[in-house]
Amino acid sequence: MFKKAKKFPLLVTTLAMTVVLAACGSGSDSTGSGNTDNTGTKLSGSILAVGSSALQPLVDQAGQDFMEVEGNEDITVQVQGGGSGTGLTQVADKQADIGNSDVFAEEKLDADQAKTLVDHQVAVVGMSAVANKEVGVTDLTQEQLVDIFTGKITNWKEVGGADQKIVIVNRPASSGTRATFEKYALGQSAPDLQGAIQEDSSGTVKKIITETPGAIGYLALSYLDDSITAIKYNGIEATVENIESGTYPVWAYEHMYTSGDPNEVVKAFLDYMLSDEIQDTYVVDLGYIPVKGMQVVRDAEGNITEK
Amino acid sequence: MSVANTDHAHKPRPKREKHYYEDWIGKIYTSICVVFLIVVIISIVFFVASKGLTTFVKDGVSPLEFFTSGNWNPTGDEPAYGALPFIVGSFTVTILAALIASPLALCAALFMTEIVPGKGKRILQPAIELLSGIPSVVYGFVGLTVIVPLIRSIFGGTGVGILAGCLVLSVMILPTITSIMADAITSLPGGLRESSYALGATRWQTITGVVIPTVLPALLTGVVLGMARAFGEALAVQMVIGNAPHVPHSLLESASTLTSVITLSMGNTASGSVHNNALWSMALVLLLMTFIFVLLVRLLERRNRV
Repeated sequence: MFKKAKKFPLLVTTLAMTVVLAACGSGSDSTGSGNTDNTGTKLSGSILAVGSSALQPLVDQAGQDFMEVEGNEDITVQVQGGGSGTGLTQVADKQADIGNSDVFAEEKLDADQAKTLVDHQVAVVGMSAVANKEVGVTDLTQEQLVDIFTGKITNWKEVGGADQKIVIVNRPASSGTRATFEKYALGQSAPDLQGAIQEDSSGTVKKIITETPGAIGYLALSYLDDSITAIKYNGIEATVENIESGTYPVWAYEHMYTSGDPNEVVKAFLDYMLSDEIQDTYVVDLGYIPVKGMQVVRDAEGNITEK
Repeated sequence: MSVANTDHAHKPRPKREKHYYEDWIGKIYTSICVVFLIVVIISIVFFVASKGLTTFVKDGVSPLEFFTSGNWNPTGDEPAYGALPFIVGSFTVTILAALIASPLALCAALFMTEIVPGKGKRILQPAIELLSGIPSVVYGFVGLTVIVPLIRSIFGGTGVGILAGCLVLSVMILPTITSIMADAITSLPGGLRESSYALGATRWQTITGVVIPTVLPALLTGVVLGMARAFGEALAVQMVIGNAPHVPHSLLESASTLTSVITLSMGNTASGSVHNNALWSMALVLLLMTFIFVLLVRLLERRNRV
């Protein structure tokens, strides 16, 4: 009897795991169902947000708080990374309720797919060109940046700095940060140069720029500190005020896409993301810029209009 | 449990029935596991192959371009999908890492088994097992913090590149190669060594003339398995190799491997796009290379038995 009893849990565990694995594959068919309780005020359901790793900490933090708000006890918010491409694909395929992205859906998906998604811009992230502290340059014009990132200028002395070879620390071609930098700082796409370094994580980019003589790259404002030189763009410093007023152009929205209009539960969460509780606290603390402060609006084509 | 209890109560001849019953549970359990395993393996191969072949079949990328062109520019105005830089990078770091690690591993294995079997093994074996337990991101970070600046101060340049990549990899594959080599040498029948000593051979003559030639195929198995690990390693290499999508001109220049470009770009590309499919094609190349490594090991094992 005892022997038999020992074997059963093993069998049951295996079968249970099989079932769980199979369930994982089926995605979130049952999530975000948005049932309203009998009382009429209490929401229940689950929300799955997938995508951009740059946006993940913010959504994660907001999700934790959202679940603790009174009346939301029956809602679970799950946040996963995986990159903007993954987020957009999964929300377009309805596998996730929210797709987090650093770029407009039009830039990643084909037009038909992008049309099915509804954009919710929850924050703005500013970016700045940064260089190693020893290069002796603090200001570059757009043409100089273009020449550097296309390989026409290869030494810092050509732009008034030290006699040092320029080492480009780029993002991979598919990265949202790189897309933003190329579109709004360079105004054109730049090729992958022979010998240039490519890293995906901002931490690694910063580490390499700090340590490598002659290195130049670009980082989100939250990563700037004294270990690197933030380079002014056409004489304009990358500050929150300059971005909000529209004078400094290198910034992008952080998007949370839903497939069609969001259901009640997801809408409640997205509203919460845009509430002052999140915008004035976590958005600022984590180095993003609140959307409400922006005096300009930008569309997917990059056209800027006054708010 | 309750089912088992009632069964038991109804059966008058418990002893034989119980064993019979237990046998069947065991058989069914293992069969389910085996079938599950086979299904998983077949689905993985099918999934990767179907995704990877889409690039050529549906998206119309020519395989000739994919395997022989060095021009990788999937986001350009005229997208180009030449994966040669990544294939070259993967093979270069793998072969160089094996060249660095194999002699070290052979010496360590001989030291543990032939030269100072007792004490040497007690000290060296745990040390080497420790190496295999360190997560690869730690290797990558150590590489980025120690090896890259070291190379930069010795040779100049940026420090990242194939040299940094293969140094990190060689440490990572050392435990694999060493433990397989040590096992192979230990399993050698004692009579062979004693006969060699009886003929008046010294320890070195025994090692070089008897031990190594006899277990050579098994030693090579260790090297091939180490290479398989190096070929598939992604994170540590990605952090130190630089990841420029070009065939490098020197060991000190930024380069890419198949794994590093997949991990860098997979999450950022929309699934179904040509760029994403091209990454799956590279995953397919990796999978096929793993098959080849396994095949090599099988061939070596067959030679070992003869």
